[in-house]
Amino acid sequence: MPFQMFKLPNGLQLIGETIPTSRSCSVGFFVRTGSRDENAGESGVSHFLEHMMFKGTPRRSALDVNRDFDRIGASYNAYTSEEHTVYYAAVLPEYLPQAIDILADILRPSLRVDDFDTEKKVILEEIKMYEDVPGSMAWENARSIYYGKHPLGNSILGTSASVAALSRDQMQAYFDRRYVSSNIIVAVAGQFEWESFVDLMGTATATWPDVYAPREGISEAHGPGGLHSVAKEGTAQQHVLVFNTCPPAESMLRYVNSVLAIALGDDSGSRLHWSLVDPGKVESASCGSDTGQGSGALVTTFSCDPAEAVANLAIVQEVLADIQKNGLSEQEIAQAKNKIASRVVRASERPMGRMRTIAGSWLYNNEYSDPDVELARFDAVNSRSIRELLDLYPLTTNTVVGYGPLADLK
Amino acid sequence: MLQQLHQHTFANGLTLIGERMDHVRSATFYAMIPAGYTHEPEAQRGLAGIVAELLSRGAGSRTSMELALELDNLGADRGESPGLFNLTCYAGTLARNLPQVLELYADVLLRAHLPEDEVDPARELALQELQSLDDSPSEMVMLELKRRNYPAPINRNSYGTPESLAAITPASVKNYYSEHFRPQGAIISVAGNIDFPALVEQIGTLFGEWSGVAPAASALVSATRESGHIHKETQQVQIALAFPSAPFDSPDFYQARGAIGILSGGMSARLFTEVREKRGLCYSVSASYDSVKDHASVVCHAGTSVDRAQETLDVTMQELRKLKEGIAQDEVDRVKASLKTSLIMQQESTSSRAGSMASDWFHLGRSGTIDEIQTAIDALTPKSILEYLERYPVRDVIAVTIGPKPLVIPE
Repeated sequence: MPFQMFKLPNGLQLIGETIPTSRSCSVGFFVRTGSRDENAGESGVSHFLEHMMFKGTPRRSALDVNRDFDRIGASYNAYTSEEHTVYYAAVLPEYLPQAIDILADILRPSLRVDDFDTEKKVILEEIKMYEDVPGSMAWENARSIYYGKHPLGNSILGTSASVAALSRDQMQAYFDRRYVSSNIIVAVAGQFEWESFVDLMGTATATWPDVYAPREGISEAHGPGGLHSVAKEGTAQQHVLVFNTCPPAESMLRYVNSVLAIALGDDSGSRLHWSLVDPGKVESASCGSDTGQGSGALVTTFSCDPAEAVANLAIVQEVLADIQKNGLSEQEIAQAKNKIASRVVRASERPMGRMRTIAGSWLYNNEYSDPDVELARFDAVNSRSIRELLDLYPLTTNTVVGYGPLADLK
Repeated sequence: MLQQLHQHTFANGLTLIGERMDHVRSATFYAMIPAGYTHEPEAQRGLAGIVAELLSRGAGSRTSMELALELDNLGADRGESPGLFNLTCYAGTLARNLPQVLELYADVLLRAHLPEDEVDPARELALQELQSLDDSPSEMVMLELKRRNYPAPINRNSYGTPESLAAITPASVKNYYSEHFRPQGAIISVAGNIDFPALVEQIGTLFGEWSGVAPAASALVSATRESGHIHKETQQVQIALAFPSAPFDSPDFYQARGAIGILSGGMSARLFTEVREKRGLCYSVSASYDSVKDHASVVCHAGTSVDRAQETLDVTMQELRKLKEGIAQDEVDRVKASLKTSLIMQQESTSSRAGSMASDWFHLGRSGTIDEIQTAIDALTPKSILEYLERYPVRDVIAVTIGPKPLVIPE
């Protein structure tokens, strides 16, 4: 059995999958915290903290952290989402002990004031960088309107004002509250030895505190409905996003939902492709799910010349209405399943892919993601399960947000 | 490391290269056809992109929808895109489906319908992509840098202009396809769980009747190599710099990569440390290696807010110039560790290997083996890189900026 799991005495959950044919291994520390867990006045702290984790510990300066990673040739990074903050590295097998040493060390950062003040400038630059990318701003604005006061609508970056106002002590308090062992899982995949990994992790995290860190505000978001426009001068293309409620991340309906999303909006051979991209009506169109704990949204989006946006939105609404009424054809369902089968197999060929997959499955469902079980679940999707999904989560109940030159979408 | 690399050149000039990877279940192929945008007539810029878009809209006995459905049902993740010299078609799928995918792509490469009534929709797509470039200042700055940095026509990009796109007709599409989709110099590269002898037989059968030589691209005209500024009311200034480096097939290629690695190979490298970590001047700063046939450059990019842009440019130029003053062994060791990791991890991905092999073959006329590359990496020392910098100093730097105000380029 290639999959193993073990919970350390301090509450830290370890999971791993050995892949004897791989030439590397990937390890990731997944903290169950993100923008949805921020209080008012803390907007942007999870992401800023993610940056600060690389700025040093009691035994390493920021430069030491970077040098130590680079010395082992690690391919490493971190990211913050609404629900998770993740620190990961891909290394050659002989360097896994060092990778763990560095990652476990930086997960208890010093948060030195000088580093905090300098890094704040970097975050403010990052915010400005995204402000110059209309596609990114469209997404931010649309989510904010769809989720309203629901915590999943919290901005990951925060605003220039909210980040400027953050203090080092606020960040420390957030860290103490959220970065506790029972709120973290460590996943590893590839070429490694399970027993050595458990030993290394146990030693490296021996002093980690274990405190209760619940997540609040778990509920399903539905969006306000209606048509909303955010006019932005100086943009060339119009962006339109259509949100409707879909199964949350942990739901068993996620397999049916994936099949639907692919048939509706995949790059090739989908409803959106044939009705919008192929005739050249839009520059791009897609459909994907934005899911979290307790709540999910299926997001259909396109970007196009502003003059065509209203007509294109009507086409999208027609496509959604057609699927809602008539479901998907047998051909469409088979086609989506064939695409998925190929992607599941190919994604499992890199340790980083497997590491992230097993982590996601554990975080949401406390379950091992066995590729054969996954394939069987996808294979079980049929027109009846599509109909069940559509009845529970109608595509025609949606919230539309536009972002770009247009003042309204009528 | 034991690699199973194979190669076969057919009588018509088509080369097939393959790497068998026992440990995977997938396979990816790349087909590079000498139809990239250096071959476009000047008055019809964007033509290669239109042809790429139309390739899969029906071929052989199948309509656009039939072809798409069949490829989707074979689980082929795929694309067709124009590059500078070559138009590339690629697809990754389960290894057992590869033979059927190749059969369909033979139709695409030899018997594409290129329907007349699809030219306008393809043109609309191209116009929209051009329009959306306005919303992407970081992409714009790099394209403008390239335009000034290299001689025409190798300074081109895939976008046309509204005028050049309007000039494209169904006849010009068919003509481009018939002239440039020729086997001489074309490369098909396959990596994954493959049977090379069977592949040779299949490709020989599928492409046996293919013949001819594509016309060469026009001769190079000298580059302008002048700095410039584009006005745009943005939050950040985009800064792009370029200066000459050793070409891909030069014996100095790995020394060039070593020097750039010291500047920008990882987060402990010089640019990230000085510009971002210590001064907090930007989120994004990098230097990378760019090669275009016999021309190569070190290309730098940074994005930074308006009031910090001059300092960012000054510090970046300072770091570029400072490199020749000394390099520590530890810095070189870090670059070597990173290159070695990339080399080995590439072995885990069929699409990385297929793409890499095709590119090597196009530029060098052969596949570099992992052992060979490892030897070149092992030869990097502070001394070898410093000597390289004497042959390729920082000089003839050009800069392009996009933002509300121009900057002063340091001497």
